[in-house]
Amino acid sequence: MTSTRRIGMTVNGERYEADVEPRTTLVDFLRGTLGLTGTHVGCEHGVCGACTVLWNGKAVRSCIMLAVQADGAELKTVEGLARGATLHPIQQAFLEKRGLQCGFCTPGLMLSIDELLARTSAPTDTEITDTIGGHLCRCTGYQAIVEAVHLAIEKLRTK
Amino acid sequence: MKPPIFDYATPASVAEAIALLARYEGEAKLLSGGQSLVPLLNMRLARPAVLVDLARIAALDWVRVADGVVAIGAMTRQRTVELAPEVQERHPLLHAGLQLIAHPQNRNQGTIGGSLAHADPAAELPALAVALDASFEAAGPEGTRTVAAADFFLTYLTTALAATEILTSVRFPMLPARTGWAIQEVARRHGDFALAGVVAVVGLALSGAISRARVVLYGVGATPVRAAAAERLLEGHVADAALLASASAQAAADLEEPLTDVHASADYRRDLARVLVGRALAEAMTRAHAA
Repeated sequence: MTSTRRIGMTVNGERYEADVEPRTTLVDFLRGTLGLTGTHVGCEHGVCGACTVLWNGKAVRSCIMLAVQADGAELKTVEGLARGATLHPIQQAFLEKRGLQCGFCTPGLMLSIDELLARTSAPTDTEITDTIGGHLCRCTGYQAIVEAVHLAIEKLRTK
Repeated sequence: MKPPIFDYATPASVAEAIALLARYEGEAKLLSGGQSLVPLLNMRLARPAVLVDLARIAALDWVRVADGVVAIGAMTRQRTVELAPEVQERHPLLHAGLQLIAHPQNRNQGTIGGSLAHADPAAELPALAVALDASFEAAGPEGTRTVAAADFFLTYLTTALAATEILTSVRFPMLPARTGWAIQEVARRHGDFALAGVVAVVGLALSGAISRARVVLYGVGATPVRAAAAERLLEGHVADAALLASASAQAAADLEEPLTDVHASADYRRDLARVLVGRALAEAMTRAHAA
């Protein structure tokens, strides 16, 4: 018999409670239980970065975090970036600089960049490459992503 | 790629966690940041009956920089230590080493104690611990004890911790004056485990001769590997290119058969070790002269 555990967390400002098996990964919980399918599942061992979400403001791999570990946490997923029909400056910058092609890596990347730009409004080039280095993107060759980060910095500054 | 079924416990204290380990008699596994353990669960290479999550034990999350030591609670996230300004300023080698661990997204979740207790021979923290003569505090049913880094890493993924013991903190001594350091590694991709890596520390006497050398390799054996013969070649001598070359050749020659796998052959790893030791020593010497 599988035992479950009652957990509660805030995701994109909304409060959720649910019963989960301890073995449920956070990404499966977000997608399967909460229906927040913007977070993608890639490698399932913490390497590709597609599943990256913000956990209490910090970018983490939700495929190698259990939902029970996030009990009581405040989470942010890609669904929490835009305000209604208005894209977040990071999303707008990705769009304008063509920082995505297939889009599979994009939600995770944008959340890592969101964390970086919340920590510093003027990141160094090394900080930018370190941040996006934690994400596999097989389409863009990264240059357009770096340009999107620079444009997002600009947009956030003049916002 | 989904974890097998297990129970899950969230002790609020170290004593409670130790009691759980004792009760489950080897069937329990400690969960800290999960950056190694959860992948192993996803791949079903680990099948514990119960996970004992240490993350709710607030008493294990702290950093103290004082008295020549950076002391860190075992559950402190790697990224917290990396971003602490006093660590960056007063223990630049530890700071540099932390930046080589996987990616920032892993370090946000991964803990200092988790990496040390997991004891992957290609990981940076165990090598840093050996190079710096770090000491570990472990708590068990009979109380606490201190273990030197030199006695802590026994073999692949195996430490001196007993099944009912928990690593609670680690102390990394700071480097003295006139001492230089370097950490160098090569990985196939940025953030991957190193094919080979080295931590080098050199102290200079007033004469300019090397008074103390420490060379610790990682990724090339079952534990961090101290290049003791290479250290002896260096100590007491003024470093020049020939001395650094012979020390790095010695360090590589003394390695027992390094791993051969899909990423690199043993010969490649051995030669990489030679090159990296040479580079690290040169970099450490430059810093020692500037320190």
